[in-house]
Amino acid sequence: MIDALLHYRFLQNALFACILASIVCGIIGVIIVEKKLVMMSGGIAHTSYGGVGLGYLMGFTPIIGAFIFSVCAALGIGYIKRKGGNRSDLIIALFWSLGMALGILFIAMMPGYPPDMGSYLFGSILSVTKSDLSLMICLTVIVTLVVFIFYQNWKAYLFDDEFASIIGMKTAVMEYALLVLTAMTVVVLIKVVGIILVLALLAAPAAAAAALTSNLKNRIIYSIIFGTVFCFAGLWISYELNIASGAAIVTLSVACCMILYTAKAICEKIKKRMITAGKLS
Amino acid sequence: MTQNAVHIDNLTVYYGKTPALTNVCLDVEDGEYLGIIGPNGGGKSSLLKAILGLVPADSGVVEVYGQKAGKNKPAIGYVPQFALMDRHFPISMLEVVLTGLMKPGFSPLFRFTQKDNNRAHELLERVGIGALAKRQISELSGGEFQKMLIARALAVSPRLLLLDEPTASVDAVSRVSIYQLLEELSRDMTIVLVTHDLLAISSQVKRLACLNGKLIYHGKPELTESIVNTLYGCPVDLIAHGVPHRVLREHEEEESQ
Repeated sequence: MIDALLHYRFLQNALFACILASIVCGIIGVIIVEKKLVMMSGGIAHTSYGGVGLGYLMGFTPIIGAFIFSVCAALGIGYIKRKGGNRSDLIIALFWSLGMALGILFIAMMPGYPPDMGSYLFGSILSVTKSDLSLMICLTVIVTLVVFIFYQNWKAYLFDDEFASIIGMKTAVMEYALLVLTAMTVVVLIKVVGIILVLALLAAPAAAAAALTSNLKNRIIYSIIFGTVFCFAGLWISYELNIASGAAIVTLSVACCMILYTAKAICEKIKKRMITAGKLS
Repeated sequence: MTQNAVHIDNLTVYYGKTPALTNVCLDVEDGEYLGIIGPNGGGKSSLLKAILGLVPADSGVVEVYGQKAGKNKPAIGYVPQFALMDRHFPISMLEVVLTGLMKPGFSPLFRFTQKDNNRAHELLERVGIGALAKRQISELSGGEFQKMLIARALAVSPRLLLLDEPTASVDAVSRVSIYQLLEELSRDMTIVLVTHDLLAISSQVKRLACLNGKLIYHGKPELTESIVNTLYGCPVDLIAHGVPHRVLREHEEEESQ
């Protein structure tokens, strides 16, 4: 694969996309896992399918459509949640299925043969183009800067938004900003693992990092490292075995995550047993 | 004339269609140590949140030191019910207290100074858990967690301290030390304490308010049978302590022993 990597442009693009995806996943994944917004980000991701369909129908780049739809979904879900109380699961479900339905409708309305939607649903990292990459770079830089520059604000907001608002932080702005950042992350990830598999890449590296450290900053760094390893390894497996890259990456991430948690549970059990044995003797 | 710390006039707060508070009028003087009791769902937490400006008043006025609620935020320290908090968040005790020292609005590229760190350590010492500063909050006991929240509330240098059930699910030793701390703090600031704890009512607070949707009683911390009956619908809890209207005196005697 190393040899091929030096020769083929598409493999270089794929690797670069992996790194970008891992960075945004690491940052936003940890945040949404802590804020319990994983399902919300699933809703945002699936709504973006409507944008992909609209892009095909109107003849503009589908990923731009996905971007517009996911940002609108983020703002919409956030607004209704703020006004309508705590039935956010309901709103997420509605947006989730509405987005998918609109995507199917738009594709059906297209004249001629329908395009292959598989690459948006399940990702096709080997077909990442240069323009895809520039969009991904822009979004990654925005997400990273916003989180890095206001890191202390984010930390205070994530731990206790009520208190943050009492000491005068603009928590409503932060809530919307977080949702929009999530939407941007989703767009970065669509090319890598696809709309349907986005959730795994957001949750798995963050969950793996959570097993290892209880410091927020380290958790983000570990999560980025885990994401990179999962993506590279998944890409390599898919290349060698000639299977779908998105599926390989997600299967590997979730499997690693489970192994890590099992190992941690066993370690803790052994430690506990040693402590009680030590006390008894 | 002493200034009012909190001035509430005819406050009504609705959650959806259910009224949480109706026509509450309450003045808290500067330097007062007020206890608020009442049954679950009686609007105690809502009252605190109205003072903080977190829930909007449907009608009526809430003023804190002469300004509309929510306007002069840094003057109020708030200790929330810790049962409602995420205790597995990856953050250390020191970092939690430091959040109380942050400025309003957005602080780009904000870094805490050595002075901030010293102040946070000082506050943790003040509440008696200075040695645990580096510890993750997931490793704290209920009492330690609660003291940390008090330290965070004090970090904003408040004139008014609001506490929501500070001794619920806290061990007995911590409970005593929390009340001792509040007693000391009450000399420097106004304290409003929501509680179920009748020990606090009888031995601690200087004024008492009883809340069950409406303000039923506000005055000296002496509970009569009729107040308790209106408040809870039946003479509960106090019976266990003996004769209801003598609760206060008995505890005072215990204190002086």
